[in-house]
Amino acid sequence: MTPALIHSLLGGMLIGGGAALLVLVDGRIAGISGILEQATRGAFGSHRWRLAFLAGLVSPAAIVGLGSIRIMQGLPLLAAAGLLVGFGTRLGSGCTSGHGVCGLANGSPRSVLATLTFMAVAVLTVFLVRHGATAWHL
Amino acid sequence: MASLAAFAAGLLFGAGLLISGMADPQRVLGFLDVAGQWNPALAFTMIGAIAVAAPAYWFVRRRGATALGEAVVLPDRFKIDAALLGGSALFGVGWGLSGICPGPALLLLTGGSLQAAVFAGSMVAGFFVLSALRPQPAVRPDAAHKPPVAR
Repeated sequence: MTPALIHSLLGGMLIGGGAALLVLVDGRIAGISGILEQATRGAFGSHRWRLAFLAGLVSPAAIVGLGSIRIMQGLPLLAAAGLLVGFGTRLGSGCTSGHGVCGLANGSPRSVLATLTFMAVAVLTVFLVRHGATAWHL
Repeated sequence: MASLAAFAAGLLFGAGLLISGMADPQRVLGFLDVAGQWNPALAFTMIGAIAVAAPAYWFVRRRGATALGEAVVLPDRFKIDAALLGGSALFGVGWGLSGICPGPALLLLTGGSLQAAVFAGSMVAGFFVLSALRPQPAVRPDAAHKPPVAR
């Protein structure tokens, strides 16, 4: 295993550990789009766990920084992609975390279908953006 | 206690996103680019995450309560409809264009770049567009009733 693969596996195990802790103690799914959407509605009280989770989520990046990570895309594309991600994750009731990690770990056929759908569409989108012109000899 | 555990869960999750490379849009696009220089590392991230989380869901579902005996709120596992598939497809387009999904979008915000702010702002706008189009209760009635574990 290369160091990159080990990092990816270890990082995944930490992600799974976070999801496990949230369901073991709070009885909740660590679905970030849903947690964020509910938190942006400004509800407190019984929603305090959501704010605590989000605060924890951003802390490692806020403390150690993003390193060499850069966003290369232009602003119009990011605005369109952001809208699609926000709208689509709520319409589909989950994202990479809620369906892709928690739903699959929970043995949910619904999440299996959602994950296969967004993975396949994302792969197709990347293919069209990166190789579309070559594939069609444009 | 519940909020403390949620904070710790967020910490683990956020550290995992950072260490795995999931928070790096270029790495994610490399993972999705199966016809190019495919970088399969992030498949290990999903495998690692699912392997660690699955026993916890199994335990909670079997027990019908959290480890502390509190109520569990798990979503329906079997309902498959057009919203699930259509929403997931739209999310796939946005994820494929940007390499950014909701968790990493929040991590990227900590860098303070305009790009990260535009993406996260548009994503939250997308939440509100959907809720404006779809009548539904504004806030989940978490505290009012505690349904049993969804089967």
